[in-house]
This record gives sequence, C-alpha cells and structure tokens, in this order.
Amino acid sequence: MADIGTACISGSVGAAIAHDSAHKHVTGEALYVDDLPEPARCLHLVIRGAERAHARIRSLDLARVRTAPGVCCVLTAADIPGVNDISPIHAHDDPLLCGDEVMFWGQPIFCVAAETRADALAAIKLAEISYEDLPAILDIDEAIRAKSYVLDDQRLSKGDAGSAIAAAPHRLSGRFRHGGQDHFYLEGQVSLAVPAEDGDVHVYCSTQHPTEVQMNVAQVLGRPANAVTVEVRRMGGGFGGKESQATQWAALAALVAVKTGRAAKCRLDRDDDMVMTGKRHDFIIDWQVGFDADGRIRGIDFVQSARAGFSADLSGAIADRAMFHADNAYYLDHASILSHRCKTNTVSNTAFRGFGGPQGMLGIEEVIDAIARHLQRDPLDIRQINFYGHGTRNVTPYHMVVEDSIVDELVRRLEASSDYRARRVAIAAENAKSMVVKRGIALTPVKFGISFTTSFLNQAGALLHIYNDGSVHLNHGGTEMGQGLFQKVAQVVAQELQIDLERIKISATHTGKVPNTSATAASSGSDMNGKAAQAAAVTLKERLVDFAARHFQVAQSDVSFLPNHIRAGKQEISFDALVKLAYLDRVSLSATGFYKTPKIHYDRNTASGRPFYYFAYGAAVSEVMVDTLTGEYRVTRVDILHDVGRSLNPAIDLGQVEGGFIQGMGWLTSEELCWDEKGRLRTHAPSTYKIPTASDRPPDFRVQLQDFAENREESIHRSKAVGEPPLMLAISVFRAISDAIASVADYRHLPALDAPATPERVLAAIDALRERRP
Amino acid sequence: MTIRYLLGHEPKSVEPSSPTETVLDHLRLACHRTGTKEGCAEGDCGACTVVLGELDGDQLRYRAVNSCIQFVGSLDGKQLMTVEDLRQPDGSLHPVQQAMVEAHGSQCGFCTPGIVMSLFAQYRNGADWNAAAMADALAGNLCRCTGYGPVLKAAQLALKERRADAFDVRKEETIAALQSIAARDDTLNYFAPRSAPELAEIYAAHPQATLVAGGTDVGLWVTKQHRQLAPVIALSNVADLQEIVETPTHLTIGAGVTYADLLPAMAPLWPDFAEVIRRLGSAQIRNVATIGGNIANGSPIGDGPPCLIALGATLVLRAGKTHRALPLEDFFIAYGKQDRQAGEFVEAVHVPKPQAGWSFRAYKISKRFDQDISALLGAFHVKIENGVVVDLRIAFGGMAAVPKRALRTEAALRGKPWSEASIAAAIPMLVEDYQPITDMRASAAYRAKVAGNLLRKCYLETSDAEDTTRVTFAGRRGHG
Repeated sequence: MADIGTACISGSVGAAIAHDSAHKHVTGEALYVDDLPEPARCLHLVIRGAERAHARIRSLDLARVRTAPGVCCVLTAADIPGVNDISPIHAHDDPLLCGDEVMFWGQPIFCVAAETRADALAAIKLAEISYEDLPAILDIDEAIRAKSYVLDDQRLSKGDAGSAIAAAPHRLSGRFRHGGQDHFYLEGQVSLAVPAEDGDVHVYCSTQHPTEVQMNVAQVLGRPANAVTVEVRRMGGGFGGKESQATQWAALAALVAVKTGRAAKCRLDRDDDMVMTGKRHDFIIDWQVGFDADGRIRGIDFVQSARAGFSADLSGAIADRAMFHADNAYYLDHASILSHRCKTNTVSNTAFRGFGGPQGMLGIEEVIDAIARHLQRDPLDIRQINFYGHGTRNVTPYHMVVEDSIVDELVRRLEASSDYRARRVAIAAENAKSMVVKRGIALTPVKFGISFTTSFLNQAGALLHIYNDGSVHLNHGGTEMGQGLFQKVAQVVAQELQIDLERIKISATHTGKVPNTSATAASSGSDMNGKAAQAAAVTLKERLVDFAARHFQVAQSDVSFLPNHIRAGKQEISFDALVKLAYLDRVSLSATGFYKTPKIHYDRNTASGRPFYYFAYGAAVSEVMVDTLTGEYRVTRVDILHDVGRSLNPAIDLGQVEGGFIQGMGWLTSEELCWDEKGRLRTHAPSTYKIPTASDRPPDFRVQLQDFAENREESIHRSKAVGEPPLMLAISVFRAISDAIASVADYRHLPALDAPATPERVLAAIDALRERRP
Repeated sequence: MTIRYLLGHEPKSVEPSSPTETVLDHLRLACHRTGTKEGCAEGDCGACTVVLGELDGDQLRYRAVNSCIQFVGSLDGKQLMTVEDLRQPDGSLHPVQQAMVEAHGSQCGFCTPGIVMSLFAQYRNGADWNAAAMADALAGNLCRCTGYGPVLKAAQLALKERRADAFDVRKEETIAALQSIAARDDTLNYFAPRSAPELAEIYAAHPQATLVAGGTDVGLWVTKQHRQLAPVIALSNVADLQEIVETPTHLTIGAGVTYADLLPAMAPLWPDFAEVIRRLGSAQIRNVATIGGNIANGSPIGDGPPCLIALGATLVLRAGKTHRALPLEDFFIAYGKQDRQAGEFVEAVHVPKPQAGWSFRAYKISKRFDQDISALLGAFHVKIENGVVVDLRIAFGGMAAVPKRALRTEAALRGKPWSEASIAAAIPMLVEDYQPITDMRASAAYRAKVAGNLLRKCYLETSDAEDTTRVTFAGRRGHG
C-alpha cells in the first residue's frame, strides 16, 4: 500500500520541540482575548474602585455617570440578578461589586459600559461617593493582635515538639518575614462576553479555571451552568493569578452582555489589575528549634501567619500547602506547625506558583542557616544531615511516608558539579581581604508535593476526535498560559496514536467540550490532562484495532500501530486510510478520556494522609556579590540540577526551570509590594514594582535536568510536574545573600534579613551585624 | 492635523483623533494590528515596542520605541514597523523571529512581539552580539516566563550571522518614500517646529502649550492620568536642539539630544555619567528621552540633573529671541517649581570639559539595576592636589524636593586632606544638607545612610586603596 509513514513520528514524547504557538508568538498572529475581532457594537467596561481601606458607603450618586457621553450601562451591586459572590469556595465573602461595606482600597464599587474605553474612563470619574470610615486592619501584626482571621487555625503535629525542643542540647528561635508578590503576567485580566439566545452568554476569558469562571458567572447571572460557555485559547501568562482572579471581570462583562444584548469587553489596565487582584501571600514565620551538636533537628515549632486579605479566596489551601512544605526536604521527628489565616483590609491574596509551598520552605531554610551559624558549620552540612532518609527517618509532619526521595543523591551530584566546597573556601578567603564587596554562596534543595491537596480536584477530562480524513482534534480541560501544556499533551496523543504531531489540531479549552474541569494549577496540567488525553487515545485505538482485526481478518494481537500506519497481520495501511474505512464501517471516532490521580487521600481532622502522589525534587547553588556600603548585590553564578522524571519535552521543561527560578528570584530580591498607612498599594505598575529584567539573569547560569531517576509512580510516561517546583530553587539566592552578609561578622550570626532582600534590607542587616561584632 | 508616514512599506495619511492619541491605540484600534501589545501603558514593560525608521542624511536609522507613550504626531515623516511587517516576502520568518523560535524564546508569547522588535532594531542597525550589550538592549522588555536565557540565546543566533532581509532589499525605495512624505501640517492644537527660532515663535504665541520631547513623562499624563493636552508642541523635529557642539572649554548639549545619542558622547569623558545614562531608562526610553526633558520636568529623582550639577553645568533658557543662562542648580526652586517663565523653554546645557586633577563619580541606587527610578543618586566631582581637596561639587537626586547640591558637606571638605578622617567629619554634614523622605523606593534612614556611604565610596575609589568597590559596572575604580 502507498503512503507508508516515515520511520518514526514527529513530536513524540521526549522530543525537545518548540511551543505549539511559537511561530504565532513571533509573528504577532497568536490571538489573545483583547486581540479577537470585536463583535459589532462591542461595549467597553471600566471599573471604579473604592478609595478607602475599610468604610461604609454612605452615598453613591451615579447620575452624572449614567448621562455621560457614550455610556450605555452602569452596574452596581443592586443590579446583580443572581448571587453577589464570586468566592472560589463559595464562602460568600467575595462580592462581585461591593454593597454597603468597602473591604479594601480599590475594591470594585461599580462599573461603566460605554461605546469606547475612553468614554468609560471619563464617565467613572463623575461618580460622587461618600464614605464613613471604619477601623482598618492593614497588616499581619494587627490582624494577629485583633485575632482577625478569615478561616480557623490549622495545626500539623507529629511527636512532641515542645518536649523535644526543651530537651535538645541547643535551642534557637526567631521571627522571619517575607513579602508577597504580584503575578505581573504581561497580559492583564481580560474577558469578552458575547450574548447568545435564551439569555445565554459565551465568554472568551484569560483564565486558568474555565469551569470556575463558568460556575460563578452562572451564579451571578442567576442561571444554570449550561447557560454559560467559557473558552480559553491562551493566556499571556497566569502563574496562579488567573485561577480565581479571572472570574470578576468575566462576570461583569457577562452581566453587561446579558443585560444589553451587546458584546462587552472588560480589560483591566495594569494599575487596576495590580490594585484590584490578589497576590502571593506574605507571611510572618515564628520558629523555635532544638538540635544536637551535629545540627540534627530534634524538635521544631513553626507558627505561620499568612495574610489572606479581606476574604478567604484560596487562602485555606494555600496556607495548608505552606504547612505541608514547612519541612522542605528535611526529616522532622517532632514537629508542630500552626497556621493563622489573617484577615486584613487589603486585597484578597490568592494562588501564585508554589501556592504557599515557597513560603513554608523559606521558614525552614532560615532555621537551617540559623543552626549552621550557631554551630559554625557550613549550612550545606546541616542540610545534608537532616535530609529525609530511605526506609527510616522518612515520615512527614502530616504522616505521609516519603518513598521517592532522591534529594540526597541530587544534592551530592550538584555539590560536585558546581564545585561548591572549593568555591566556599575561596569565597571566605576573598571576603577576608575585600573591604567593600563580599561574596556569598548557598546550596538549597527543593522537595515539592505534587497533587491538589483538595483531593477531589485531582481529576481531568479530554475529548478526542478523529475526522474521517485522518486529522485529529484534541481538547482537554487544561489551559495554556505559556507553560507548553498543549504541546506536551499533543505529544502524548501523537505517541499513543503513532501519528505525526502536525496531524493533531490543538484547540481552545472550552467548557462545552470538557466539563467540570479543575484549574490548570498545582503543576498538575500535564500529569492529569496528559493521562486523560492518553485514555481517550487508547479508547480510539482499541476501536481501530477491533475494526482492523475484523476488516483484515486477523487476531487483535496481530494489529499494531507503526508510525503513521497500521499493520494488521502481514498487511499495512496508512492511518488515514484505516480511519476512512473505519468511518465507512460506522465506527465511532470520537472519545472522551478521564483520569483521577490514584493513591491520594487526606483527612483534615487528623491532619494526616497522603496528600501527594509523588514529590518533585531539585537543588540550586547560587553565588552573589554584595556591596556593603549600599546593600546592592548581583547574582553572579547559578547551578541547577532539577528533577522532572523522564521529561515529556526537555526544551519546554528547561524553560519552566529557568523561568521559574528567575521569577522566584524576583520575589525574594527586587519585587517589593508597598502599602501606605491608608492601605493604598503604592507599587502598582512596572515603574514602581520591579520584576527581574534581562540583565538580572545570572551571567553564569548552568541548568540541567537530572537523568538518573524516573518517576517511581506511574505518572504520564514517568515524567514529573515542573510548573511550580523550580521557583523555590531561588531560595538559594536569598540564602547566598544572607551568607555574604554573615561574612561581615565572621559567619557567627544569622543576619536579620527579611525578604525581599532589597538593598535597603541588606544594608540594614549588614549594619546590624557590624554593631553586634565585638 | 494630517500625519503622513510609512506603515511598513505602505504610505499612510491619518488624522489622529487628538494630539495625544498614542501610536499603540492607533495601531490596535485604527489599523487593527493587534500584534503589538499593551502591557503597562507607561513605557516600562516593552510589550508595545515598535521600530521607527527615519532618514539620517541619506541613510536610514532605526530606533525601538514604546508605542504606548508615543503620540501619533511623532510618526510624521517616519517609517513605522510592527511585528506584522517582519515576515519575508516569501512568507518565511525574519531571522530574528526564526531565532526566537529555535531558541525557545517564547512561552506565553505576550511579550514576544516587543522582544522581536527590540531584536529587529538591533539587527537593522548591525549591532554586534555580546552578552552585556544584548542584556542592555533587552532590559526594557520584561518577560515573566522565560527568565531571559532563551531570549538572549535568540539574540546571539540572530545577530551573529547577519543576512540581508527584506528591508535591505527595499532600502532605496524606503528612503525615496520618506523623502517624498517628509512634510507636516501644523494645526491649532499640534505643532512640530523644525528649528529653535520657529519653536520660540510658536511657543511665544501659545505659552499654554505642552512641550513634548520624548514623551516619556508627558505620555503618562495621558495614559495614566487621562489628561487632555492641547495644544501640543512636539520637539522631536527641532534639528538645532539635537546637536552637541564642542568648544575648547565646553560642551554645549542641545536640549533635544536624546540619551541614546548623549551616552556615547559622555562615555569617554565621564564613564560614570554614561553608566548612569545607560541605567536611567531602557533602550526604548533612551531612544526618545532627552536631556532637556529630564531637566525641564523638574523631577527630584531625574538622574541627569545631579550629574550635570556636579559637573558644573549651566542651563540656557530661551524665550522668543532672548537667551538666559543660569547655573543648573538654580533652575530647581522647589518641588514642581522651576525658574522658567511663560513661553520660555530649555534650549541647551553647557558642560565644562574635563580638567586636570578632577575626578567624577556617580552612583545610582535603585531596587533593580536597569530601567528603575533611583532611590537616590549621588554625583561627586572632586579636585585633589597633593592629597588635598582643592575644590569639589556634590549633588544628589532623591534626597530633597529637587536635585540639590550638598553645599555644607562641600564646605566641610574644601581645603581639607582627602582622607578617611575628613570623610568621617564631612558625612554628618549631609544631614544639614538633606532631609530625605520615606516612600516606596526607600526609607529616609536608608537614603541618609547611603548618601554618606557613597561619599566614602567616592573617597575609596579616588584614593590609593586597592579594593573592589562595586558589584556592577565591572567593579570600576581608579582615578579619572
């Protein structure tokens, strides 16, 4: 037969191929929501935020707004036909538009839909709003004093931390603070709602969670979920910031569309986006530790106080994950971890790459350095002596057995390849001579739990069509935000069907195709959607095998899929030809696939279980130089060894590792969120909020994927999740800065350095140490 | 008001909706070219980067600019190129686009068109590839996904082996087209004078007009404060304000000289001033921002003025045919208030050339090294003879409501030995000179502390100590 395929397919699993949209990205042809051709008479929304942190709205006069040029529609809380709540956990604490009470500066009060954006911008200024101020709680300290929490405290405990600390040969305690982080996705929040028949609405939305947007839009409209369709082709970055935070703008646009019968677009400009949407949680971490002369931790106590903001949002699960990562890669025999979820009159904090994990890890890495300084040891020694063991010393504070640890081996390899020990010696010698500039180095590990800790979320669906010309249409519940998920899943399908990747059409995430999806979050995108798509492909493959066996009159075991063709006994036929024959024989060529992550369970009442299917590991060595006169510093070299199991696409995975690292570095260095005494965010644009730029990338940056261990669990092709874990590799930068500072007092004391390590904080830590020095 | 320009290679003649309609809005809303993105609308993220081509004698010169804060009027007589223009005639990718694909330079893709255009400007101008230059060329293009490695790799791939592209092929045609459309049409609300006398005349007639040079500040009045500005007088075509003239004793820098053009002129004279210029804004900003604008807007945190004050610069103002000169530090009266009369504009800055015995040092302190506004900037100009401070000028930005000299500190050092003891005695005088504020960039305490430390750093770098004193700028130290 003709058309026998090439020896192997293009784009199989493991191929380092480019992002599916790479060509469209570089030509400007990739369409984001704001780029879609606007339907005729499309309206444009602009929102007016409150100008108080906590207040009662005494009066709201919109008369001049309604009559302003171009204004078509003005919405307030009173105009919401359904439920005025967009809480992702349905806590009824997160209004779409605030009613009587303002809960944070910038909280949306009303919105205007006008013929042009300029008209809407001009109109919102015409409102007259008067407030009655209420006492505002603006930071974690005040919240703790006032016992102001959005959710109840949680505690993990194992053994008897208090007694173990008391009985330990050495004891230390401290308090560590770190800041939040704005997502700064380059594409701001945006939704385009197009009205349909029966009062239905179709929403093009930049979101990681189409189902949640659908459900909450329906709830706001007072309609069933089947009245709302949400579609997402791609986002210009997400990072967790378009999980729960996309709903509000989608709902406002949908409300206008349904009310006016006209398409409506809601796009936040950068300032509104930064003021009105949640960020990474900042924390205060109080710690006490008891340890022996070797630095082995005997007992540890953490109190993690997270700033949730004015509502619960996802703070419960985020604070949980912070607790689950309070151990990082270290065995804690006796541990107590208490978590406060603080309620403040600031924007409600939300998911951000790592989802609490980075915050939890920062705490114990501070403790490890404290132990090292106290014992006058290399911090890496203390890290290594405390790593999880194999078969012993392997139970987490939430009573899960760590079965797959490769952290010790990974760190051993990185320690050697980065020449860590010799560099540390050289740096100490150089620091002794250098008066102004001090160098620092640190190696830190990452162990990150993979799965949604809310177990039911660990499910995914896919929909696969083979058209009768042999072309394939792939759809699944995962969303594309740049992480390369669509390409990875397409590679899984190509591999399963043994067809070239180019034959598979990647399609927009669509609640009408795959329903009841979970957010593309928790690094789970490829793991779950890859498995679901694989399941759909296996179903179709089985049908084709069954058909081929009948058609060619061979046993099913004699049918095999070769690149772009099928062999049945001694006969070979192209994939396309077989598909055509199957179609004529009335074989269904469309299938769904479903996956639920096995083995996981967690009991919140006993704070124990197996919340994670497996762990992803990594380690990084960072070296910095610090100017002790100004607190400025540069990251001069970084070595990374990271674990993605057996990679589905090494090019995409390396991109995640490098990008995640730099994003984490930004969080801990130059990205500082500043609120003033009135509760106003003062850093709400890139002029004042400084994410890393090209020149901040370490000039010497060596990144490798580990190649000695695949995933022990049956994940998709034994790969591991990669979205979040690399972000935490950047903790090595923070610890290296701390190391450089410690040199000014002969490494005897732990510098008092909070994050982010702005030049100001670094200089303060240096000066404080110098004053301590005898 | 009619603006004529080339969009790619297509001649366009447009009537902007207002004198402050931005190029980005024009592209996305009027031309339906959505490849160019809005990321911040303040010239800080680079997602909206486009390239302007313009005649430079009989050659073409290309500049990457932020379209979000450029007004449509600035396109007059120029060639505007966006990401949609880059495909080759056969539909294949431009070398910079191809390199971005091969190096995995895009993830979410939203910043990508801007990065492609920054690389395209480098490509057109025949830039050499080296890591530091490329990092600098891209510092104004924020990317939240890649961590920049793949983007820098793409720069290397594209620029190492430069080939002719479609723009080379059509170069003569483009030059001819630009020559034929180089005309303008002033109306009551938008003026684009070509000479200083013409500017003086128009400004005298419309003293309420807003002068726009690079638009890197005024652009934000429009995009962030939604102010209506009219009339507008654009300065970017005033040719005689864009010259640097050298006399035996002075440099006269026209107010319209961009920082991109000033940087190479300053580098051999005062390397620290050049480095301050490099860091005060991205390539896109430096390509349009002018020294005159940086002075005239009176910002307490502008980086140019403290350097120029320390160098002993004199400002030249002009109204009609009348010129007036004053020491630059005297121009800044109070926050938001400068010594500038109605109808008067900044015409030039005179800067004395380097003289024997003088050392100049400048230190810009910010949260991020590139493209960040200073928490403070210290500029030190010191003349040491036989170990004694013969004369000195110290100025700071970010320490007061205006860029300001440290007169009391200077007095404490003048005539004293250039020694650790003199420095220690002088540092407390900074408290007399400055009472800085706390804001989101730094606390008052940090500013005060670092001001003293910078004086000490200047001393260390101009004395005999053999120590690395900086973490950036190649650890620069030594004399000169």
